[in-house]
Amino acid sequence: MIRAVIFGGLILLLTAMLARAEPLTIKIGYVGRAEKKATISLLDYPPDNDGVAGARLALEDNNTTGKFLNQRFSLEEARVKAGTDPTDVILRLADHGISFFIVDLPADMLLKAADAGRARGLVFFNAGAIDDRLREEDCRADVIHTAPTRSMLADGLAQYLVFKRWLRWLLVVGSHDADKLYAEALRRAASRFGAKIVEQRVFEDTGGARRTDSGLAQIQRQIPLFLQGAPAHDVVVAADENEVFAAYLPYRTRDPRPVAGSAGLVPKSWDAAHDQWGANQLQNRFTQMFSRRMTALDMQAWSAARMIGEAAARINSADPQALLAYMKGPDFGLAAFKGQKLTLRDWNLQLRQPILLADGRTIVSVSPQEGFLHQFSELDTLGIDRPETKCRLK
Amino acid sequence: MESRVRRAKARSVAPTKASPFEAGRAHFALPTLRPFYMNGIRYCEAIWRCTVVGICVPFLLAGDAQAYKAYVSNEKSNTISIIDTAERKVVGTIKVGQRPRGIAITRDQKYVLVAVGDDDTIQMIDTATNKVVDTLPSGPDPELFTDDPSGRLLYVANENDNTVTIIDIERRTRLGDVEVGVEPEGMGLSPDGKILVNTSETTNMAHFIDTATRKIVANVLVDSRPRFAQFKDDGSELWVSSEIGGTVSIIDPVKHAVKGKINFAIPGMRQEAIQPVGIAITHDGKTGFVALGPANRIAVIDGATHQVQKYLLVGQRVWHMAFTPDEKYLLTTNGVSNDVSVIDVAALKVIDTIQVGELPWGVAISQH
Repeated sequence: MIRAVIFGGLILLLTAMLARAEPLTIKIGYVGRAEKKATISLLDYPPDNDGVAGARLALEDNNTTGKFLNQRFSLEEARVKAGTDPTDVILRLADHGISFFIVDLPADMLLKAADAGRARGLVFFNAGAIDDRLREEDCRADVIHTAPTRSMLADGLAQYLVFKRWLRWLLVVGSHDADKLYAEALRRAASRFGAKIVEQRVFEDTGGARRTDSGLAQIQRQIPLFLQGAPAHDVVVAADENEVFAAYLPYRTRDPRPVAGSAGLVPKSWDAAHDQWGANQLQNRFTQMFSRRMTALDMQAWSAARMIGEAAARINSADPQALLAYMKGPDFGLAAFKGQKLTLRDWNLQLRQPILLADGRTIVSVSPQEGFLHQFSELDTLGIDRPETKCRLK
Repeated sequence: MESRVRRAKARSVAPTKASPFEAGRAHFALPTLRPFYMNGIRYCEAIWRCTVVGICVPFLLAGDAQAYKAYVSNEKSNTISIIDTAERKVVGTIKVGQRPRGIAITRDQKYVLVAVGDDDTIQMIDTATNKVVDTLPSGPDPELFTDDPSGRLLYVANENDNTVTIIDIERRTRLGDVEVGVEPEGMGLSPDGKILVNTSETTNMAHFIDTATRKIVANVLVDSRPRFAQFKDDGSELWVSSEIGGTVSIIDPVKHAVKGKINFAIPGMRQEAIQPVGIAITHDGKTGFVALGPANRIAVIDGATHQVQKYLLVGQRVWHMAFTPDEKYLLTTNGVSNDVSVIDVAALKVIDTIQVGELPWGVAISQH
């Protein structure tokens, strides 16, 4: 009897030692788009590893920390074609033991992916889609959003324009659905913060190449023509998510007015010129690793992978549901080089974050602007707030 | 870690600040003791004590005017401002390399060391001539550093390559590196010099490094973005500030465990603006001071109970601080308002503000 107890104890001890030596392993999937979007400026043309590079850098950061905690993180990448069902890809990766997915897909495809993963208890990070509906009527209890929403971007911009007293906006909207959604967010922002849209014009996408050999001569004549006859305005605000016309506006407007929105002063989650709050270090690490600059999508993917690493370091668990619960909780905060910790809105799992206003060369300002107050967090002056939300997490 | 250099015991008061002896003055006159003000400092005049043979000697009652030199690194100006702590004004400016941040004075008082991060080196300023005379071979983007009790070795946190570099100050050579977490920043040395603590900002740990073997012996998780590590002089506690977490962790250096946390709350101040960075603790361990960054305040902490006693309003975005060697004053660097606040340590009051260069970052104060 005693021998049995001793033997049992030894076995237990051995198992415990073995378990300790075995690192805690977390596998992450990155599911991105197969296509690249067309851009007006050559400088904005997305790199092949846009987004996934940010996730890879975060993996590197997580694994450096993991060295001290006996934790290992790995990343597998997959690409999905526009309009196809991502279910098979998600399930195949889940079969490889992946439980966290960083996704850069259009809203409908993201929802399909999340539906496919629900039964398996997978956790998703929306790093790419800025649609408000994903955090509102289409919100999901297992989808965290590191990408800001259109309404957060629009509010961040509007606060600055109001601070500048550029209150009269000429709104130019593209003809795509996404442009209309962005215009809607801009209109909401204008009315929230006291700006006025003096007129709205639609710039039709009639197709055609963005790069032509002698296109500039025409554009220089077309843009002022398009903007003529507008009521008095302080700023031209453009909603052009498909890069059809906005980048042509600066310096070509009929009246000498600044441009903001999809060109000129652009609200975004990250910019290669951002160097405050230690951001310089992250930019350096990124450039060293990938020989290019870090984009907003890279940052959104970095934030997702770092959130997983941060939660794992704190509660020393690889269980996706336990980590998800911790990330939603009051103790979680992500240090992401934005001057304050980023936390999750517990009502829709949107990552609270300051919005940078970039002109392509420097960071002009960071919103929320001073004086825009909130009873809970000033970051909640950006985007749809708790009292207005349509989200019921399920 | 600006003031990591050993501080001398409080010294006797300098006679130069007393009333000058005037020859021919009535021998038995006893001027009344009355304070007078110079540059905003309260001095007490001397009482003249006269002997029976008619010789008067000044007997100094008070006078807190010991002059030290404070060196302030101005991150944006690429300069060091030299402050005379008695006169409380800038008495000189030294041009240095790109982005000066961490600053300290060698134990022999011969050099001011300043990490110029964008030049990937540490510059040595001769305190006699106020000129940059040499450099030390740090790793890329050095930020904070500390020297060992012998004054021979310098431990440097290199933000850009996740290492702590060990430098022989005398020979100006690099002795080796220790691999730590992501973005090493804070550096604290135990009073006996045996344990070096480095904080890594993205890994969120305090790494305990055995200085003899140069190996990590323990890693302690703290709240987000740990910036600064400070031991109490008796080695009983290590304080680590977390800028984004908004707390100071009190770590037991023997058990390698967080035994308590200091939390901050300022009425009317949003929680995210409270970002603890620099720490200074009095020799007796009874009072700690924590700079709260954009909250524009220094928190005064009871060293025994770890409760906040008071918040002192200083300049904007306060980051680092240093005591004068007599511990009468604490100087803080206020980045956004481009100035240095002077705190009277006994009265716990801010008594003066000194304009320096742009974005003052760190401060180190000479022993004499």
